[in-house]
Amino acid sequence: MDFTTFCWTTFAAFVTLATFSFLYKDNPFYKFAEHLVVGVSAGYFVIILWHQGLVTNLFQRLADGDAYFLWLNSDRWWYVIPALLGVMMWTRFSKQYSWVSRWPMGLYIGIATGIAIPLEMSNRVNKQLYAMMVQVDWSNFFGHGGFNLLDVNSGLSQLIVFTGAVSALVYFFFSKAHTGIFGGVAKFGIWILMIGFGASFGFTVMARISLFIQRVQFIDQSWIHNAMDTTNENYFWGFQAVFWIMILLIVGYIVKELMQFFGSKGRAESAGQ
Amino acid sequence: MRHLLKLVIVVVLLAWVSSPAQTDPPAEVDSVEVAEVTPPGPVTSLSVTDKDNDHGHATVLSWEASVDDSTGLANVISYEIFRWVPFAMDHVDSLRGQLSGLRAEIAAAEDVTDEMETRLDLLEAAFDAAIDNLPQAHGQYPQNGEWRSVGVVASGVTAYGNTGTKEPTSADYIPDYADLYYRVDAVTADPVVRTASEVYGPVQCYGQWFNTDRSPVLVAVLAFGFFTLLFVTLAKKGTDLYVRPLAGIEAVDDAIGRATEMGRPILYVLGLGSAADVATIASFTILGRVAKRVAEYQTALIVPTYEPIVMTVAQEVVKSSYLDAGRPDDFKEDTVFFVTQSQFAYVAAVNGIMLRELPATCIYMGKFFAESLILAETGALAGSIQIAGTDEIAQIPFFIVACDYTLIGEELYAASAYLGREPILLGSLKAQDYAKALVVAFSVIGLIFANLEWTWFVDLFHVAN
Repeated sequence: MDFTTFCWTTFAAFVTLATFSFLYKDNPFYKFAEHLVVGVSAGYFVIILWHQGLVTNLFQRLADGDAYFLWLNSDRWWYVIPALLGVMMWTRFSKQYSWVSRWPMGLYIGIATGIAIPLEMSNRVNKQLYAMMVQVDWSNFFGHGGFNLLDVNSGLSQLIVFTGAVSALVYFFFSKAHTGIFGGVAKFGIWILMIGFGASFGFTVMARISLFIQRVQFIDQSWIHNAMDTTNENYFWGFQAVFWIMILLIVGYIVKELMQFFGSKGRAESAGQ
Repeated sequence: MRHLLKLVIVVVLLAWVSSPAQTDPPAEVDSVEVAEVTPPGPVTSLSVTDKDNDHGHATVLSWEASVDDSTGLANVISYEIFRWVPFAMDHVDSLRGQLSGLRAEIAAAEDVTDEMETRLDLLEAAFDAAIDNLPQAHGQYPQNGEWRSVGVVASGVTAYGNTGTKEPTSADYIPDYADLYYRVDAVTADPVVRTASEVYGPVQCYGQWFNTDRSPVLVAVLAFGFFTLLFVTLAKKGTDLYVRPLAGIEAVDDAIGRATEMGRPILYVLGLGSAADVATIASFTILGRVAKRVAEYQTALIVPTYEPIVMTVAQEVVKSSYLDAGRPDDFKEDTVFFVTQSQFAYVAAVNGIMLRELPATCIYMGKFFAESLILAETGALAGSIQIAGTDEIAQIPFFIVACDYTLIGEELYAASAYLGREPILLGSLKAQDYAKALVVAFSVIGLIFANLEWTWFVDLFHVAN
């Protein structure tokens, strides 16, 4: 690793630690990391939207391949319509004409809803309803090849899934209070949901832990190891200097926080006396 | 002339004398050489039809197996399907290749020259003309074309789908509204020995306006639409439509009151969904209700948004709420603001706002992804009352763990109706309920019928992809 790469790696380690410092409390390092990532991402997305949105989807199509159009040399003139709708959004800057921006918004939401309704109905209602109408595997009711409650394809599992789905649907019935037998079924439904949520939670936490381990490995192997690696052919004192400057920065902040803490504690005690 | 006659006689005699097949065959001949494969019987009743419910660039072939497929000589090992393709298709392929190459060249070029653009224009025009010419070229059958293999199936199989793409730029393109001709060869172990079927054609493929395989979706949408209209009409006439209380929504008013008493703001997060997501649309309604209360109580509201269009709609919603509350002058455009469209940068910014502004109440309603737990944990750290609602099933557990109240899935939609008490929302909520009741009823009946093997009922609900 050369020195320039090491400096960038140090910066990445610094931003990582600055982000983790949020676990302690809001602090200048976190603020720096936050503003950096917000600023960079905002700028990044402006460029992305320009190049991947406007240029490729509008300008190039209107110009038949040119990145920018001075002359409208395309027969795809109708691309002007969405462009105009986009321009209409800018009328929001005017108090007098801001109502114009509701037209493209209405069109956008209307089209999106029109596309969403059949898709949602198909995927979330029809297909799931069809999947519930199963032929129960009575011959392997307690599991394939013997008693096995963990067999998800057993007849019993099929019935549990069916009962769970119906009970969960009952829980989401809003026209009747959850009382009596109806309430009991709804309660069973919410238990089923909670079991599902618990499994999902555990699964996701495991994934997050692996992300955390990845960052720790980055700090250990890509940063500390390279700072100390004297066998590196590009190595010189600058590596350790950068490393220790950052350590000093962290230690300095911790000392400042401790001094503030004990200072305020001392003032509180003297005020109490 | 006489010499020529003599020569012919001699040659004929020599040929007769020297011919081994005529006289004595060799005693030992390799058995493979002698075992000639007999051509099998052809496939019969070949039929080709346009594929139903598709984009219009596919056909379906069916036939009756050769008499020598598994029976008779039993020497058919596969069927090879041929389509007659005009030579004009080669021209299309050539132009397609050139066009693709030129586009790649232009994409890679740092400076696109006028010459390149002219070439591209000419090539595109030539390609479009060649595509337009394809139906006419297919009409010239059997001149100016040849049979080309489009697929092979194993013996025993008696159907084949010749599916192409609708994109002329793809090599798999099959023209629609063009006369197509097919034949099927019964092929033996020796690929040379085969028997072709009679040619079937012309047949044209074309797209359908309605996909009848998805009729159940249409019926479901119509049924749901009927329920919605019915209940909206009833709600408009003033019929009392009961909706059971939702704990999370009951808590919203208390949380706004708490914020007012503490003199701290309310943070409302609409999530990462677009303005077209159902969850975001439901969230707008709840935001309207919250903003109205906020305007009445003169509490501060902070709405950081992830998407520009969501921001625009949210601004309209909040503005209308301030107007409804009779305090239009109190509305500030800055109440609703855009942060960034990068997921974790947005989270970092909202987290920062939480710790600096210390909102008394954090409301998360809409579509959330991996940021849900980070937001909810920070809100808890800031000491806020937290109310969340999302239809993202994977994120609900995190809200349940870290928030005081959570609206699970559809409760989010119900909340918007419950809060607004508007006839349209209330009517649609009721319609959803009755649709759910129907789903439960049909699923129970379907389960019973499926186990009685009365599959006709179950098939009524089957939706093709």
